[in-house]
Amino acid sequence: MELTGSQILLESLKLEGVDTVFGYPGGAVINIYDDLYESSIKHVLTRHEQAAVHAADGYARCTGKVGVAIATSGPGATNTVTGIATAYMDSIPMVIITGQVPTPLIGNDAFQEADMCGITRPCTKHNYLVADIRDLARIIKEAFYIARTGRPGPVLIDLPKDIQVKSHKFNYPDKVSLRGYKPTYSGNIRQIEKAAKMVLSARKPVLYVGGGITLSAADDELLKLVEQTKIPVTTTLMAMAAFPQRHPLALGMLGMHGTFYANMSVTECDLLIAVGARFDDRVTGRIDSFAEKAKIIHVDIDPTSIGKNVEVDLPIVGDLKDTLGKLSGCLNQKPELLEDLVEATEEWRSAIGEWKERHPMTYRPSKSVIKPQFVIEKVSEMTDEDAIITTEVGQHQMWAAQFFAFRRPKTFLTSGGLGTMGFGLPAALGAQVAYPERQVIDISGDGSFQMNSQELATLVQYQLPVKIVILNNNYLGMVRQWQQMFFEKRYSQTVMELPIDFIKLAEAYGATGLQATKVDEVEATIKLALETPGPVLMNFKVSREENVLPMVPAGKAIHEMVLAS
Amino acid sequence: MKHTISVLVENEFGVLSRISGLFSGRGFNIESLSVAPTMETDLSRMTLVTRGDDRVLEQITKQLNKLISTIKVVDFTGGEYIERELALIKVSTDAESRAEALRIVDIFRAKVIDVTPKSYTIEITGAPAKINGILELLRPMGIKEVVRSGPVVIGRGAKGVVG
Ligand SMILES: Cc1ncc(C[n+]2csc(CCOP(=O)(O)OP(=O)(O)O)c2C)c(N)n1
Ligand SMILES: [Mg+2]
Repeated sequence: MELTGSQILLESLKLEGVDTVFGYPGGAVINIYDDLYESSIKHVLTRHEQAAVHAADGYARCTGKVGVAIATSGPGATNTVTGIATAYMDSIPMVIITGQVPTPLIGNDAFQEADMCGITRPCTKHNYLVADIRDLARIIKEAFYIARTGRPGPVLIDLPKDIQVKSHKFNYPDKVSLRGYKPTYSGNIRQIEKAAKMVLSARKPVLYVGGGITLSAADDELLKLVEQTKIPVTTTLMAMAAFPQRHPLALGMLGMHGTFYANMSVTECDLLIAVGARFDDRVTGRIDSFAEKAKIIHVDIDPTSIGKNVEVDLPIVGDLKDTLGKLSGCLNQKPELLEDLVEATEEWRSAIGEWKERHPMTYRPSKSVIKPQFVIEKVSEMTDEDAIITTEVGQHQMWAAQFFAFRRPKTFLTSGGLGTMGFGLPAALGAQVAYPERQVIDISGDGSFQMNSQELATLVQYQLPVKIVILNNNYLGMVRQWQQMFFEKRYSQTVMELPIDFIKLAEAYGATGLQATKVDEVEATIKLALETPGPVLMNFKVSREENVLPMVPAGKAIHEMVLAS
Repeated sequence: MKHTISVLVENEFGVLSRISGLFSGRGFNIESLSVAPTMETDLSRMTLVTRGDDRVLEQITKQLNKLISTIKVVDFTGGEYIERELALIKVSTDAESRAEALRIVDIFRAKVIDVTPKSYTIEITGAPAKINGILELLRPMGIKEVVRSGPVVIGRGAKGVVG
């Protein structure tokens, strides 16, 4: 049967199991939108293409499926770039479809032409310009395959308008053949056996776990390994929800705003087992003192991550689910040695316990002003720690990571690698579309919220009951904190001079706006918001110059923390 | 340290910019780069010369391999290989220097491929050091233009690098 290019696209999406896409129309995708008009695929119209991509990203992060976004050529397409780069840095599986001017016009500076393959080359896992309708089905097949396999990532398909209109026989390939792309899933068993040996002879081991654990859905394998070995676990920002934070062996986050005990453990450990993490500078601090005393095992599906920032003693390339499973298997074959390990590391765990007691993750409570950390604690408690939390970027993001006691995988969606303000609201939108029945909450700052606040309209239009927590300090707080600590309090352009009436803003879109200015209003406000149907914005006027602590100043080793007094 | 790397890539739209973009984006240096299709028309072979310590080179090869369009990466450094470069050199000549120019061409087993009363255009192939050598000797006569292809390499022995 002959189908047009745009029909081929939609049929292919269905065959890939896509039932929801996020997007924004325009001239160069008008044919696709015409076919969407009567399609079974649900289209969510955001109010900005960047938001469409973040929404697809949020959808992908909480479901593990490939998120799909559509935008028109030129400005529509360039608006997607921040969203794509955000997904790329956090390895999120996505397919982004952009319209392009008709093939004969490409290169002519045609109306709304932008070289999207050129622009997105460094921030996509791969990208395609469809030059011939005969390639379209194959390209879509490959795009989904590349996006979701190996180290996942966004793939862009730039689809010229004439190709959307042309007809061709539709034949969706059932296999891909990419000679240059064969990710290694199975961890080398010899290396894994060596790892088991190193684990068994360690006296001060620590697991350092990153976002890869979620991408590989290896949370159970991790938990099993931890139960088996009693090795303490520190998680990166990307992995906070991948390990239950109330687990006795959870050390919380490490790095720049990590816990005292996580950073000390990494500094003092004799074996660091890095899984699905990439030794980002926000994690390592001064690189030459990072885990200085330790042998390092690094497990990752992406060989480029291994040995990039630190030298490792034992590299293992492979899928974490496979590798951690095999490692547990190896260890199980030596029950006595395993027992010895647990016994011999008792002292290490109690040393960590002492660090934890000495400097717990805490803040100074107040009766007179709302502490932002207090709000997070309350949200955590009152949602039974089961909500899907998204964040923007800034202090509020760090407090969310520090004070929300995550306990289920895929419930913390945050822009870790790129640090994109404006991510949280559309990501929450995408998560709520994926799970209409679940509680979805965007933890936001007054600055970040204004980067994509137009998405309130989308929430209201689709009746998506996302709850928004604005920790309003009337500052670009994180930058202000740096200015306070390192620039003699010269608050250059970080004071939000115009206080926004967020309640009116919410109401203007038809959402509910609530506000709390006193400590004893906090609980009631959250309660009311959770009970109110539809989207609700909560504006918490918090203590303005609160700082995120502990903090490792740039260029310092991670044990050189400024601690909460 | 200098490394000469062969990269076998899909001969497709934009592949050269994927490779060059990788180098510029990650701050790796490229000293030279030459590209042409192989016997298999859907494959191209690139030879590139780069510099860096072991750590950088490890990243370069891994990053090249990570590209979807890359089929194979071979770092020839440390192995047995033959390296050849082509250069076209336009040199000024006058009555006095013409004989000397020809002698140099002869010694280097180069060829004169174009002649005018005021110039010779010389073609030479060889290892980059040999080309540097002839340029050194011709320089006093006045070199008007040099075009170098950048080196290409092939391994010694019976085994070939294929996709
Ligand atoms: C798009 C974007 N622009 C700029 C920054 C730099 N930046 C990081 S945090 C921050 C302040 C965020 O302010 P707000 O959202 O109010 O959060 P707070 O730190 O006050 O909690 C800024 C400007 C960024 N991360 N992203
Ligand atoms: Mg703020």
